[in-house]
Amino acid sequence: MKAIISIELYKIFRRPRTYIAFGAIAALIMVIQLGLKMDGQSYAGFLMKDINDTLTVDGKVLNGYLICYILLQLLLVHVPLLVALIAADMISGEANLGTLRLLFTTPYSRSQWVLGKFIAASIYTIVLLIWLAFLALFVSMWIFGTDDLFLMKSNYVVLIQEHDVLWRYVGAFVFASFSLLTVTSLGFLMSSLANNSIGPIVGTMSAIVFFTILSTLNIPLFSVIKPYLFTTHMNNWKEFFDIKVNENNEAVFGTILNLAKIKTSLIVLTLHIILFVTASVFITKRKDILS
Amino acid sequence: MPVIQVHQLSKHFGTLKAVNQLSFNVNEGEVFGFLGQNGSGKSTTIRMLLSLIHPTSGHIELFGKSLQTHRTQILEEIGAIIERPDLYPYLTAQEHLQLFAKLRSKKIGKEDIRNTLQKVGLIDRSKDKVQTFSLGMKQRLGIAIALVHNPSLIILDEPTNGLDPQGITDIRNLIQYLAKEEGKTILVSSHLLSEIEQMATQIMIIHKGEKVAEGPIQKLLDPNKMIVHIKTTNDAHTVQVILSGSFSNYLMQRTDGIYLSIPTYEIPLLNQSLVNAGVGLIGLESRNALEDYFLQVTSNSN
Repeated sequence: MKAIISIELYKIFRRPRTYIAFGAIAALIMVIQLGLKMDGQSYAGFLMKDINDTLTVDGKVLNGYLICYILLQLLLVHVPLLVALIAADMISGEANLGTLRLLFTTPYSRSQWVLGKFIAASIYTIVLLIWLAFLALFVSMWIFGTDDLFLMKSNYVVLIQEHDVLWRYVGAFVFASFSLLTVTSLGFLMSSLANNSIGPIVGTMSAIVFFTILSTLNIPLFSVIKPYLFTTHMNNWKEFFDIKVNENNEAVFGTILNLAKIKTSLIVLTLHIILFVTASVFITKRKDILS
Repeated sequence: MPVIQVHQLSKHFGTLKAVNQLSFNVNEGEVFGFLGQNGSGKSTTIRMLLSLIHPTSGHIELFGKSLQTHRTQILEEIGAIIERPDLYPYLTAQEHLQLFAKLRSKKIGKEDIRNTLQKVGLIDRSKDKVQTFSLGMKQRLGIAIALVHNPSLIILDEPTNGLDPQGITDIRNLIQYLAKEEGKTILVSSHLLSEIEQMATQIMIIHKGEKVAEGPIQKLLDPNKMIVHIKTTNDAHTVQVILSGSFSNYLMQRTDGIYLSIPTYEIPLLNQSLVNAGVGLIGLESRNALEDYFLQVTSNSN
């Protein structure tokens, strides 16, 4: 299994396509950071226009932590696209290229191949997320500095003290890794069903779009299935940035308002990962390799 | 001891019987030529031997072990190329061998990789990416991947595809060397019948998924007989002359010309008889015996 993972990683990182995702993330983040650096104050003013009359905020609102939050809100919706580019190609791409028969005639079982490939694709996903975290969080902290994190929710404001923020980002990125691994495993499942790369990539994205729409539609019929859809849970990394308050409405350091919601989401996402990977193994084992 | 034992093997795709009740053995040290027209079931059979396709019924044993229960152990001892040489365009020849060497339990060092590349004539291009390779070079690299772990059974499906005449000769020599000098058992399929005739010790012909002939080439092809193609100015008259004479029994029923399967010593006599009967003889051409045998057995079973 170690050999499979190492050669799969070697292949992933020798392919030019792999670096499109890294380049795209870097370009997007840099463009947004540049924009906010040049014209950030007017953006902050726009964000706070509704509360400016009632609240005076001292300090650096537009700091590295807020920039990272803005970036994650924008990017974590699109990163699944980039993950699907690689994950959905892992089996079907080899079938299309004709190399699957080379791999499946080596002394490893098909289950080992599927699991090894999934682990390699997962490592790629995590590396991509670390790259995203590095650029969105650490580079933003370096460019914009740090201060308390001031967030505008739909009907309230959250103020998290500077020294209470960083661990929340660690938690958010760990959570995001589960979300993206769900996408990886879905791409993998699609990949095991096809013999070309395009179908599974488009299929994965279509499934995400389809289920996201179901998750966001407030129609009673869909409310029954919503809690079981992975798309309902993928964006719950934001829960790390909702803090408990005491009776004086003061933020309680080191707390999360809805920890149970995060736990439930992690369980649902993990179950989806297990389901998708198990289905991939089952399908690949039964498949005749005709390509 | 048979290295490959196939018993009543079948593969059906819906109503299509791609392989039907096929049984054969390949013994240790043999070069087994596997012949059949396109779509006859050769590749499906080879894929079943390599567990790429699940048989509908039947049983496969390799090295005396059931493929179903000892798959991993068996594949450790097999090197194979299946149809096209499909490889990773963004990797070099050397990288291919390094990656596939990692997947074997045997220790395969840099020297082994170098020797394998040398064997297939790719040592000078070892650092080049496969995307710059010709079809023939890819085929050689495919063979190198099959050989890098020094397997005892080598399965080659159309190994001379895309090779130039020199390349074909090189691969033929390599196969003969592997069989004679290294004692490998080799199953080779090819549409180049003359190549198989020169390499194989044993052949099997399948047609529409069923075996139509099997045995040592010497036994299947009578060494004292030749297939002769008679080219004349008037074929109808020539056939009349042959039918009325002592050569009538040798006349083959073919529509693409006048062919006789005739003892070699009677060929001068045939020539003389045709000239004496006033046949406008253009030429007597001996044909590749295996090719004719192949066409005969496959057309008989249509």
